[in-house]
Amino acid sequence: MTSPFLDGSTQTKTSWVYSDIVKDHFFHPRNFVKDDEEVKDYDAHGSYGSPACGDEMHMWIKVDPQTKRIVGCKWRTFGCASAIAATSIASEIVTKDGGMTLEEAKHLKPQTIIEHLGGLPDRKIHCSVLCDKALFEAIHHYEQTHF
Amino acid sequence: MRQVRQTWFGTPQKSTRFIYLDHAAATHLDPQVRAVMEPYMQEEFGNPSSLYGQGVRAGQAVENSRKSVAKILGALPEEILFTSGGTESDNLALLGYARAHAKGGKHIITTAIEHHAVLGATKQLEKEGFEVAYLVPDTQGLITAQQVKQALRPDTILISIMYANNEIGTIEPISEIGNMVQKYRQETGKTFPVFHTDACQATGYLDLQAEKLHVDLLTLNGSKMYGPKGIGILYRRRGIKLQSLQFGGSQEHNIRPGTENVPVIVGLAKALEIAESLRAKECERLCTLRDFFIREILTSVSHTHLNGHPTTRLPNNINISFAAAEGEAMLLYLDHEGIAVSTGSACTSQSLDPSHVLMAIGSTHEEAHSSLRFTLGRSTTKKDIEDVLDILPPIIQKLRLLSPLV
Repeated sequence: MTSPFLDGSTQTKTSWVYSDIVKDHFFHPRNFVKDDEEVKDYDAHGSYGSPACGDEMHMWIKVDPQTKRIVGCKWRTFGCASAIAATSIASEIVTKDGGMTLEEAKHLKPQTIIEHLGGLPDRKIHCSVLCDKALFEAIHHYEQTHF
Repeated sequence: MRQVRQTWFGTPQKSTRFIYLDHAAATHLDPQVRAVMEPYMQEEFGNPSSLYGQGVRAGQAVENSRKSVAKILGALPEEILFTSGGTESDNLALLGYARAHAKGGKHIITTAIEHHAVLGATKQLEKEGFEVAYLVPDTQGLITAQQVKQALRPDTILISIMYANNEIGTIEPISEIGNMVQKYRQETGKTFPVFHTDACQATGYLDLQAEKLHVDLLTLNGSKMYGPKGIGILYRRRGIKLQSLQFGGSQEHNIRPGTENVPVIVGLAKALEIAESLRAKECERLCTLRDFFIREILTSVSHTHLNGHPTTRLPNNINISFAAAEGEAMLLYLDHEGIAVSTGSACTSQSLDPSHVLMAIGSTHEEAHSSLRFTLGRSTTKKDIEDVLDILPPIIQKLRLLSPLV
């Protein structure tokens, strides 16, 4: 087939493409709450967004009382592919290598999550990465109830 | 050779399944249509305005196409204008008529569920000093002739109401509204308001006879009828003046200058002819499949509801909200399985606003974000529908498992 394009390709590149990491987390989400029982012994819960804006995230955290590190992070999300993938990867980021301290997790930036996802389409950045705010709410809830 | 499919991720996947359920967005080019277009891209490439043989033959092809379209619309050939598509036809009808008749009045009536090609034009007219009434349909998407009548003012010059909605499939009572408008004009002895309908989704499913519909202006486009893209029709009842949107030569009665796109015009006429000949059979076949799908999905998946009218709807349109599952996520999971659909969720729209149609019929934001539109077409089989009925419920189940809204 003769290429209609300068780069010799025979298929157009899609203008709206998610990364392979987003794909992986979207189709194989990690750490989501399958059953309420799973988070029964978790220490705090936070949520952000609303169905009206198209995305709603809930996060539950389990905190080591001595080290104040996040040892468990679970979530539920109503939202698009990038919202689901962002929440999924954030739950991994905060719990890996023994877990982030609450102080570290409070400063988790959307940009860091996006970098871990291998980037997001521009117009998806503001609306779909809200999990850091849900996490912040959960930490705030923890601090209110455990200090 | 196995079919290699390009997915949204950009990585080709080996999949033999491809179920296309987005015929309201685009249709494939009918091979018969392509065949009649071919000669006008190669040997018969002449400019219809040229006086030598090649030009005359190209000109004849355009005029024969015009006659063929006119016949299906029950119109005169000179009442048919070829444009670049549905958007241009809608723009030309609204902007062209309103600007040419601003002295007669500055009031326009339309609906809140029109295509953006109409709503964009009315927004522009508002900037130019026109006042626009946006009628709100009932919860099933219906507008009544009575509603239109009540909105009429002495200075109403134009009414634009779509024939069938592209998102929820609801069919508007165009003939009844047109009849009311005609009577109103007779009673008042005025030449306006004129009545425009966007019939882009109606082709191949509904009667397009302009006389029966009592319309003065009617929009059609090629890409929804298994014809080429980039071509539209504006039916303009004889005597109706439109102000041009573009300037140049004398083509299309000086209203729409520019060298005629001959192969595409020929293709459109053929596509419309085929669509009309298959209409009765396809309507019956697709209504059966549509109703089967709706019945099955509403019973097999809980917390779902049909958007639009249960019976007064296009034979090929299904629009369902699946509570607590988000539209883009459902769409991409289905795409992964080789099924193409669309959604009214904000996440897939460039504006990031949820469907204005679903919002206008009183859906909540959540319902709009949770909607999927399946539009069937000529290639759709019972097997396709059964496959979707197998594949979709587990997807909904998985997304609901992730969702905090259940």
